[in-house]
Amino acid sequence: MGEVLRVDLPRHAATPPPLPPVVRLNKFSRQFGETRVLDDLDLSIAPGEFVALLGRSGSGKTTLLRTLAGLDGTSDQDVTVPASRATVFQDARLLPWKRVWQNVVLGLRPADPRKAAAQALREVGLDHRLDAWPLTLSGGEAQRASLARALTRKPELLLLYEPFAALDALTRIRMHALVLALWRAHQPAVLLVTHDVEEAMALADRILVLDRGRIAAEERITAPRGRRGPTVRALRETLLGHLGLEAGGGVYADLVAQEH
Amino acid sequence: MLRLSSFRTEIAMTNARPNDRRGRRMGGRWLSPILLLLLWEAGSRTGLIPAHTLAAPSSVFGTLLDMLRSGELPANLLVSFGRATIGLVIGATTGIVLALATGLSRRIDSAIDPIMQIKRTIPVVALTPLFIVWFGIGETPKIALIAFATIFPVYLNLYQGIRGVDVRMIDMARSYGLSRGQIVRDVILPGALPSLLTGLRYSLSIAIILLVIAEQINASAGLGFLINNARDFMRTDIIVVCLMVYALLGLAADAGIRAIERRALAWRPNLLEA
Repeated sequence: MGEVLRVDLPRHAATPPPLPPVVRLNKFSRQFGETRVLDDLDLSIAPGEFVALLGRSGSGKTTLLRTLAGLDGTSDQDVTVPASRATVFQDARLLPWKRVWQNVVLGLRPADPRKAAAQALREVGLDHRLDAWPLTLSGGEAQRASLARALTRKPELLLLYEPFAALDALTRIRMHALVLALWRAHQPAVLLVTHDVEEAMALADRILVLDRGRIAAEERITAPRGRRGPTVRALRETLLGHLGLEAGGGVYADLVAQEH
Repeated sequence: MLRLSSFRTEIAMTNARPNDRRGRRMGGRWLSPILLLLLWEAGSRTGLIPAHTLAAPSSVFGTLLDMLRSGELPANLLVSFGRATIGLVIGATTGIVLALATGLSRRIDSAIDPIMQIKRTIPVVALTPLFIVWFGIGETPKIALIAFATIFPVYLNLYQGIRGVDVRMIDMARSYGLSRGQIVRDVILPGALPSLLTGLRYSLSIAIILLVIAEQINASAGLGFLINNARDFMRTDIIVVCLMVYALLGLAADAGIRAIERRALAWRPNLLEA
């Protein structure tokens, strides 16, 4: 559905019709025993939109992601999630007993699976490890393979669940650039779940802050990527404030110093 | 069970023993058995160890060659091998089927697993009289004993393996829309395979122990028959030959499992480096 609409887009360029969102949660709640993990949550993501979701531990990020990934039932609540979606987890989750290319086309039946996998792996710069066993990959390589696995599904919704949190700083920067390039090339809607404010500001168009099962704040970034320098500092301060850190003027070094 | 940390320790252990040091140690390790063998031979020659107590190594070796040449050993070995194999195949298959059923279905689990746990507490050897009453003294009780004993290691290990499969991998597979059948085939079974092979290895050694015991039941062929016969004629040389063959059977079985492991678990990094 999203594919067709996106192709049609240029013809209506003069007055773009509002596209139906790919993700829509309407007053969604989820409860474990006495605790309400998600509490009347409203969420809407437009086709091709890059949204980041910030939140402290225990804010309901994981529960929300599990719902969107189809891992938990929705118990007849008002939830719209596209059928074609793919998740990239923090720990890559490649099956160690399948070679990299077999992991990439896991559960798919393309005409030539090896070739399909090779094509996706070329896009993430990992085609030289086509036949490798996953346990021999580095953290960055495993995450590239995981991205390739997500890409081959041609997802309308790409869920990124803290995918870069376990990588070293340099690898993380490369992966951020790669994710942006892939997003531009394939135009899926992206929901990046993270607790890293810098990452959210660098990648997303819109940042949501999840707190006690509700969207507590929403910040839209209008400045194009690559020219966000001037706006980032104020935004960081606002976001950290939403996360409950009310000091430091948005500078990490000062923030740490003032915590005690 | 799939546990990365245990793979890591295996790697660490293999790395910690460089080849040259291992080679030197192996040379040293052969020394004491050879010395023992020489002492034994000397004891027999001087008459310190009478032949009806324990035959000399040289006479054991001579007897081995004779038994090979006459076809006596191969024929009886084949009978014993057949018993162990048939029993093991029946036992292991039963164990695998039961473990798959209980491991993959909670309902079957709550029905069958308690019974298996109760059965586990009965020493199989103690069932021999009952099996003789039920099945007589032919081939059936021998094979039944081996089959019955080999169920448990396979069952217990595979069951644990299935239950221990990483939930995160199953979540991943579900989020990618894999069907239940696909998850069993691509995630659960390969994840439980190392445990199954461990269980099989235990079952193999138990099969050989039970073979020895079962062949004491009025056998008219097989290694146990040879030993019983030799006992009646005080032929300690034949007894020792048969003991050696039992040991070799155990070694061969272990080597077989290792070969399967090397192929089936090629994805494990410690095997990749080898």
